[in-house]
Amino acid sequence: MEEKFFGHSVLRKEGREKVTGRARYVDDLAFPEMLHGVTVRSSVARGRIRGIRFGDGIPWSEFTVVTAADIPGKNEIALIEHDQPCLAAEVINHPEEAVVLLAHADRYLLEEARRAVQIDVEPLPAIFSIEDSIAKRAVIFGEDNVFKSYRVEKGDVDAAWAQADIIVEREYRTGAQEQLYIENQGMIATANPTDGVTIWGSLQCPYYVHKALIILFGLPAEKIRVIQAETGGGFGGKEEYPSMIAGHAALLAWKSGKRVKIIYDRAEDMASTTKRHPSRTRHRTGVTRDGKLVAMDIDFVIDGGAYATLSSVVLSRGTIHSAGPYFCPNVRVQSRAVATNAPPHGAFRGFGAPQSIFALERHMDQVARALNLTSEEFRRRNFIRKGQTTATGQLIREEVNFNGLLERAFRESDYHAKRERFARENPGATVKRGIGFSSFMHGAGFTGSGEVYLASVVELEATREGIVRVLAASTEIGQGTNTIFSQIAADALGISYDRIEIAQPDTSAVPNSGPTVASRTAMVVGNLVESAARGLKRTLVDSGLLCDACTEDEFVRACRRYIETRGPLRSRSQYEPPPGLLWDDATYKGDAYGTYAWAVYVAEVAVDTVTFEARVTDFVAVQEVGKVIHPVLAAGQIEGGVAQAIGMALYENVVWREGRMANGQMTNYIMPTAADIPPIRVFFEEQPYPFGPHGAKGIGELPMDGPAPAIVNAIEDATGICVRETPATPEVLMEAMTEEVGIFD
Amino acid sequence: MRAYIPAYDLRVPGSLTETLGLLSREPGVWQPFAGGTDLMVLLEAGKLSHKRYLSLAKLEDLRGIDVTTADVTLGALTTYSEIQKHRVLQKEFPLLCAAARETGSIATQNRGTIGGNIVNASPAADSPPALLVYDAEVELVSARGVRWLPYHGFHTGYKQLQLASDELLRAVRLPRRVKKWRQYYRKVGTRKAQAISKVCFAGAALVENGAIRDVRIALGSVAPIVLRAVKTEDALCGSKPTPTVIAAATETLAREIAPIDDIRSTARYRLRVAQNLLEEFLSQLAK
Amino acid sequence: MTETFNRIAIACDVNGEQRRVQAFPMERLLDVLRDEMRLTGTKEGCGEGECGACAVLMNGAIVNSCLVPAIEADGADIRTIEGMARGDQLNAVQEAFLECGGAQCGICTPGMVIASVALLERHPHPSDAQIREGLAGNLCRCTGYQKIFAAVVRACESSRDIKPVKR
Repeated sequence: MEEKFFGHSVLRKEGREKVTGRARYVDDLAFPEMLHGVTVRSSVARGRIRGIRFGDGIPWSEFTVVTAADIPGKNEIALIEHDQPCLAAEVINHPEEAVVLLAHADRYLLEEARRAVQIDVEPLPAIFSIEDSIAKRAVIFGEDNVFKSYRVEKGDVDAAWAQADIIVEREYRTGAQEQLYIENQGMIATANPTDGVTIWGSLQCPYYVHKALIILFGLPAEKIRVIQAETGGGFGGKEEYPSMIAGHAALLAWKSGKRVKIIYDRAEDMASTTKRHPSRTRHRTGVTRDGKLVAMDIDFVIDGGAYATLSSVVLSRGTIHSAGPYFCPNVRVQSRAVATNAPPHGAFRGFGAPQSIFALERHMDQVARALNLTSEEFRRRNFIRKGQTTATGQLIREEVNFNGLLERAFRESDYHAKRERFARENPGATVKRGIGFSSFMHGAGFTGSGEVYLASVVELEATREGIVRVLAASTEIGQGTNTIFSQIAADALGISYDRIEIAQPDTSAVPNSGPTVASRTAMVVGNLVESAARGLKRTLVDSGLLCDACTEDEFVRACRRYIETRGPLRSRSQYEPPPGLLWDDATYKGDAYGTYAWAVYVAEVAVDTVTFEARVTDFVAVQEVGKVIHPVLAAGQIEGGVAQAIGMALYENVVWREGRMANGQMTNYIMPTAADIPPIRVFFEEQPYPFGPHGAKGIGELPMDGPAPAIVNAIEDATGICVRETPATPEVLMEAMTEEVGIFD
Repeated sequence: MRAYIPAYDLRVPGSLTETLGLLSREPGVWQPFAGGTDLMVLLEAGKLSHKRYLSLAKLEDLRGIDVTTADVTLGALTTYSEIQKHRVLQKEFPLLCAAARETGSIATQNRGTIGGNIVNASPAADSPPALLVYDAEVELVSARGVRWLPYHGFHTGYKQLQLASDELLRAVRLPRRVKKWRQYYRKVGTRKAQAISKVCFAGAALVENGAIRDVRIALGSVAPIVLRAVKTEDALCGSKPTPTVIAAATETLAREIAPIDDIRSTARYRLRVAQNLLEEFLSQLAK
Repeated sequence: MTETFNRIAIACDVNGEQRRVQAFPMERLLDVLRDEMRLTGTKEGCGEGECGACAVLMNGAIVNSCLVPAIEADGADIRTIEGMARGDQLNAVQEAFLECGGAQCGICTPGMVIASVALLERHPHPSDAQIREGLAGNLCRCTGYQKIFAAVVRACESSRDIKPVKR
């Protein structure tokens, strides 16, 4: 098949709308007779609700007021467990938990009303840290505060210590991180018993919202309709939370009989929606004198906040990635997701892997030091190769050329020369320079049998004008879904990119292609787009209306003739797993992912000893990704992910006060500006993955995993200090540097 | 957006006389509204408790930058963008231009005013340390008349000013006395742009024969007000900036400032960095 | 209930067209544009003047419209993203953003285009440092800024008019 569009940087499908300001996000949509909605939330972290008081001076009879008692179905946000209510009824389990909803036509009056509602809560003891949760200072979930735990075992770690010449033990921590999509969360809803519920919203997964509303309203699937509006960024932050805000808008619509719009402002979005799970990782690693890994013992804990939500899955991915792209014959990973009285933490690009990979890649540098080997030599002696098994016992069946990636990354970043030059120039310099790297992988698609469980479907439909519409639930959230699906379909059909239309994700019109998460959209769903496109063409060929090798005009004519004589021209493709993948959920052994993208990232930093500020001055990202579908979009994914990870590494600090985010404004939650981000230089290697479209692997989350450890490794190179947490703020660096007196003499 | 917008009154008087008349006849009722870059942020956070404002937008008396041989006088409505563009300010008062350039973003700089910055009285403001170093004076006008006060001492406590409720800040005057002085400004924020300062340092010194003849040091974000470090200045006057002198000066500075832990940073960090900035400033004087 | 004040008449030139609306004096210009005038291209990202998604040109200068009270817009000349293209013809900055991949999710794009236009008017051939400074007031979470920088460079190489449309 000719790759006329695949592999080329065609114009973004909805690009014109975006550069002219015509793209319509949820807050841009207005309807006549629409009410605005707001949420009244608890300011207490944990307690029993004793009463709700409505203050004086507000014309309450004009307002629609909703509490848990108004929920027609189950008071639950259906996800994995059933523990999270849509509205708190009797107990509060985290600050900002939603209790009362209000709607009114006057947006300004609504804000006054919100302030006038008092929720009386009798406080209960609350816990706010991983340590307090594990110690059961208060038990807030189940018997022991543990949402989920895993145990991965390979070989015999306990026996293997005897083989180790050197054992290195350290602890690493990562803080919470806010997704900070520039478009705040928002939903519009209509809802009544006759017509059901219709939602327009900023979201990543229409069918997640669909499922949650079925349960919340006790309505059948056909009565719930979820439509994705243009969405201004998600990064996982709009994976599960939209079900909550959609439920709220729909409940107000149900009670008022009117259409309701809820749009969060930045303060509300930051304070009450999900964040990246904070983590604590303990590594104990045994190596032989000649630098071979013999034993890895890893304890990985993530803070899930007050409800289970997606913590078990974040834990899963973090666990599986915790031992990295290295071969070690004896591995044990014990992991837990624990409960605290904070708003539930949730999906954020990387989904557990940035946390465990930060720990691992920092640790690898420590072990290298203990062995008196360079960081790269230690890794070279342990990189996994084809024919070897991972920590879960997955046999690597593809060529993995980490040495090649390392060489390229070092060449592009001038690693050795810079390292040597910095070492020479740093003594006596006010600004210390350093360079560091990380080597890592990211598994694309759902873990284990997840994709089989999702059983994703894509449909294609042709019009009599010869336009082909792609019907998929995958959402465009900036990453380029619309564009790559169009490229794939156009090439598979042998027609122009402009003849492909992507249907707006609308659960009444598109099949369930699974959620837009887990780096699966290109690799898994893109593959279904391709097979559905081939299927559509085959239908035409089989009907005798078209030859295999045809012109675009012939294709168009064939569509019209088919539809006129036989009816709708559609095709359908459903996910089938690649052969030979085996995964055991009980023992957590086997093929965790169909494939991995492999990467080496190099960060160059400058640390100012006057202000203790570290900044990244150059960044090189080298990755093997199967096949590049769209060079500009692919590079865009890496660049954006690296920027977010630079934020995670150095700038983005969530300040917690009694379970509440105290710095929930853009003034005080610091993401990098154009002045802070260095040149990010991206390079791709291609080793086609047989089960991705044209060989493509998923890459959306990969760039989030590598930068933080590379940067903190570089800081250690520059200053000699061993930072073991993110963010490595100037305050952290100052404390670490002043501990090591004389380091700057 | 957390404010009940209909409760806010914003009038635009046509003249200074009209404005002063209102301030005089209705004391405490009106507060001035300049560029809005501070007040609108408070409004949106639901924290703007005062409700009635007089926009100064039409008051031409508060605009413009006047240059004489003795001084440069900036109208209170001079924006940060206008400060950066002014030739004499660039040449003789570079610390003020540096501060203006590091305030918010270009969009903020187009609207924010030096008068608003002073009256908002944040201890983390970027320009006031430069104003202190330049021995600025402020002109206050009311229906009762005009008075000039030194800017040093204008802030008497956290968000407390020597500004009567019927007075308006009309201008800021900078004596042109620092042409030969060595000048230094450094703002340490949370990132390279659009950052509230964690520590802000402005310094200027007249160095003759290797010795500090005269010196001005001012800091932001290390005390409830923007601070002139007079004890540290006194300790330095007449001395050569040797390592011993510098070390002693940083000790004096530590006793003069009172940094705190807050949402952006820690007291220990602010103290250490303030000392480092002083050291950097003084080391440059030694060259 | 607190004392309230009435809406006032605001008359201004928006994208070359005279517009008259009723607004509260302290109402944000952002809301006047989006709600009163239904010009929804200008976005709210933070409501505190940090993200630049609400940026417009007011009397030729870039401002954050979330921080401008409606009464100050009276008599002003305002240019928004809707006024950047000439009918179907994109201006040089918009064309460059499209070609270079400067827009991903697109929510920051209107503000970025405005900021880029303002930058190129001040510095027709900006250095790397000038580009970074010129765009430092506009936050983008998707792109890491790289392709936005590339778009600005491409725009100033283009012969197409970058200036906002004037009638």
